[in-house]
Amino acid sequence: MSTQNMTNGEVDVYLDYDEAIGGYDPVIGLETHVELGTNSKMWCGCSTNFGADSNTQVCPVCLGLPGSMPVVNRAAVESTIRIGLALNCTIAEWCRFARKNYFYPDMPKDYQISQYDEPLCFDGYLDVTVETPDGPQVVRVEIERVHMEEDTGKLTHAGGATGRIHGADYSLVDYNRAGIPLIEIVTKPVTGTGRLAPEVARAYVTELRNVIIALVVSDARMEEGSMRCDVNLSIAKPGAEWGTRSETKNVNSLRSVERAVRSEIERQASVLNNGGRIIQETRHFHEDTGRSTSGRSKEQAEDYRYFPEPDLVPVAPSREWVEELRATMPEMPAVKRARLQAEWNINEFELQSLANAGAIELVEATIAAGVDAAAARKWWTGELLRVANETGVELDSLTVTPDDIKQVEALIASGSLNDKLARQVFDGLINGEGTVDEVVAKRGLAVVSDDGALLAAIDEALAASPDVAEKIKSGKIQAAGAIVGAVMKTTKGQADAAKVRTLLLERLGVTE
Amino acid sequence: MNDLTRQSAAVLADAIASKEVTAVEVTQAHLDRIAAVDGKVHAFLHVTADSALAQAKAVDAKVAAGTPLGALAGVPLGLKDVLAMKGEPTTAGSKILEGWRPPYDSTVVARLRAADIVILGKTNMDEFAMGSSTEHSAYGPTHNPWDLDRIPGGSGGGSAAALAAFEAPLAIGTDTGGSIRQPASVTGTVGVKPTYGGVSRYGQIALASSLDQPGPCARSVLDTALLHAAIAGHDPRDSTSINATVPDVVAAAKKADVRGMRIGVVTELSGDGYQAGVSQRYAEALDILRELGAEIVEVSCPHFEYALGAYYLILPSEASSNLARFDGMRYGLRAGDDGKNSVEQVMAITREAGFGPEVKRRIMLGTYALSSGYYDAYYGQAQKVRTLITRDFNAAFEKVDVLVSPTAPTTAFKLGEKLDDPLAMYLNDVATIPVNLAGIGAMSLPIGLAPEDGLPVGMQIMAPAMADDRLYLAGGALEAALTDKWGHLLIEEAPAL
Repeated sequence: MSTQNMTNGEVDVYLDYDEAIGGYDPVIGLETHVELGTNSKMWCGCSTNFGADSNTQVCPVCLGLPGSMPVVNRAAVESTIRIGLALNCTIAEWCRFARKNYFYPDMPKDYQISQYDEPLCFDGYLDVTVETPDGPQVVRVEIERVHMEEDTGKLTHAGGATGRIHGADYSLVDYNRAGIPLIEIVTKPVTGTGRLAPEVARAYVTELRNVIIALVVSDARMEEGSMRCDVNLSIAKPGAEWGTRSETKNVNSLRSVERAVRSEIERQASVLNNGGRIIQETRHFHEDTGRSTSGRSKEQAEDYRYFPEPDLVPVAPSREWVEELRATMPEMPAVKRARLQAEWNINEFELQSLANAGAIELVEATIAAGVDAAAARKWWTGELLRVANETGVELDSLTVTPDDIKQVEALIASGSLNDKLARQVFDGLINGEGTVDEVVAKRGLAVVSDDGALLAAIDEALAASPDVAEKIKSGKIQAAGAIVGAVMKTTKGQADAAKVRTLLLERLGVTE
Repeated sequence: MNDLTRQSAAVLADAIASKEVTAVEVTQAHLDRIAAVDGKVHAFLHVTADSALAQAKAVDAKVAAGTPLGALAGVPLGLKDVLAMKGEPTTAGSKILEGWRPPYDSTVVARLRAADIVILGKTNMDEFAMGSSTEHSAYGPTHNPWDLDRIPGGSGGGSAAALAAFEAPLAIGTDTGGSIRQPASVTGTVGVKPTYGGVSRYGQIALASSLDQPGPCARSVLDTALLHAAIAGHDPRDSTSINATVPDVVAAAKKADVRGMRIGVVTELSGDGYQAGVSQRYAEALDILRELGAEIVEVSCPHFEYALGAYYLILPSEASSNLARFDGMRYGLRAGDDGKNSVEQVMAITREAGFGPEVKRRIMLGTYALSSGYYDAYYGQAQKVRTLITRDFNAAFEKVDVLVSPTAPTTAFKLGEKLDDPLAMYLNDVATIPVNLAGIGAMSLPIGLAPEDGLPVGMQIMAPAMADDRLYLAGGALEAALTDKWGHLLIEEAPAL
């Protein structure tokens, strides 16, 4: 390793994971930001809809214009309390907002209204399950705090090599996102996970996402940025004091959470094994390489000059309100999974696969729509998950609804579609070609059930292969496969093979 | 009707409502007066003649149609340039906001419009309301109509001078440590800092959010009360605004009665450091109050001596954060954007070019006071002092109904006299600052001219939070007695310009 690399923390050759984890114990900490799905922003009435034209969902308040003042969105407080309750937190009787002061052009006021030493929710936990060679293992991840803050605007840097603000020709700011309610969920340091650290991290973020979706407080879409995760990680020799931690940002998918932890363990172990030291810094994870690069160094800790936000009054949720919210909590994902496992008669591993795929709610909704449980599971964890993985989106981002599956299954049941054609229907749905019926019509997807058309195709195939026809007639029924195949080919797969076979044998007067 | 600019707001409103004069005539008379004298006074930074006349015309149309009118409909007003007014320049006296036109109205402006009060323009002020002389305005100082070589007080010197120069019968100020009351004191006018939360801060460019409070200014106690009533009341856009019925300040100003009222003289706010003529007029005013039937008692507020120190930690701390947004990125001045400088450099160059020395001084003080490792010793400690001062007030109000003191230790000082001595400037607010720290309401009203310099002296009346009506009850009574004695309001003695 070169001297330069020793100082900047970058590594030419990474230890592989087994080597890396063999010598060190990791400590992880996860900071998750979730944009709440409230209709309006944190401090004003502007819409929170994603995807509007730049700077169209703004007002004097979220632009931080001189003189404007924030007012707390009660729905955001309620959502935060619900998350706190779901994570077994204590809900503060009285807490305040604080200003976090720093200059950055994506922040209209040059301070972020956040919470500092008085979070709304604190001291909770979330149990998560990871697969181990010895079977599923439950790990309790302790929650330090859940607090409220506001999102910043979104910067786009044009020109320059890095895609960052430094070196850019110019930068554009979209303040539509500024002031969207954001909550930050911070874990306590998670220790003792050993080599399972990457899986624990992923399982935690996955389960947290499940909880948030169950609470209907956010769509928690990592690819749209409505859920974002920062990974804090340090490693140390077993029994030694904790090492210096890095903070990895830009971890934008559940898979990346696991990869980022794994990669950072490998990097830190590589640096330490080469006699280097870990510097406290922010790193940026890159999906393409699966590695991170150094961001700004935090060796000189930034001084945010926190102080209580004087433009807002304290938040003091009444105990009655908290209890009312507690009483109306939905079924938590873990409880629900246990129930579904029993109802669907599947084992924990199968259910965990569904959970990992983010398919539980979809399967459940599909069953609720009237589809057979096995068929519902088959489509979501088979074809649709394959497409989702291939295109790198979450399963629920696919434009396929439980009702679509119901329609497809009905068409299969009536013999109009087979599984192969059904996959083409889903492909059409995902491509935005319209409804199930429209895709079927446009692509001409239908099992050929007209006996006349099939008989014509059979006759044609028999005429083309008179020798095969003779073989079948002579009792070599296994030779029928060649003719059936030919017929399937002429009908472009849109025939029911079993039916073709029956018709063929009838035609030739052969019985099995 | 004689010179329309010499009338009170109440008289003008009655005259407009009874069609004796038109609102357009009243507005035009004041625009003419501004054109005639503001070259000497410089009370206004920006005159909104067109919109003022349009507003006045609308009032006259309402009068003609018999539409019910507000108590001050058609009466002109000067608006401190720290309050956002849609489409009109709003600079807070700073170069960094030169050219900015807010796309929205502050709540105060919205209420003025709803009350059909005609806004003549934006009045001068110390930059971002930091100062006691209006000399810190980036657009040049305002001159005191009583003596053009003297300061009109600050930060709201423009509003006070506009009243004293008869350029407007009404004005809006904002008071963070005395910026309504001290200018009133040194210009012989009346100003009230309402209870914190009594008037919405929405649209007031913030100096120190926990201390700032907009309020009414006029030449008489009744006019001040009428304006107070027009702008006060809960505003859902300001979380710190009080959601309760506003005390009936107009009725109190009309009742103007101190019989049986217990009035506390704050020991710590008199004596050493107060100009002789100020002390003399103050003592005489106390005698008058006593003659009017009030009971005068001495009250000690031992923690007031720490008020100035605490104030100059809390204010700069909050200001350093409130003023961060002036970074050249979105509005106002942008300097150093040559395509090479980094975003941080453009921010720094803009702030270096756009802020004046007093603003920079306070931003630096505040940034330091909030720094990690110093927070507890400075900001934290100052908040404790604030609590102690509030307790002093609470204890005092157990014994008395209102408290009094001189508003300022001196009459108007000379322009330039204290400009290079920030501490001397800060000391001018020693009597007004405790009120802001405690969030209570207070009034300054004229009680005579200091014999040694012939300049106005003001008395401060302080009342418990949410009891702003007591200010008007006592102030109205004192004003009536003094007017009887002099035969006119003190402001009538101001020299012709």
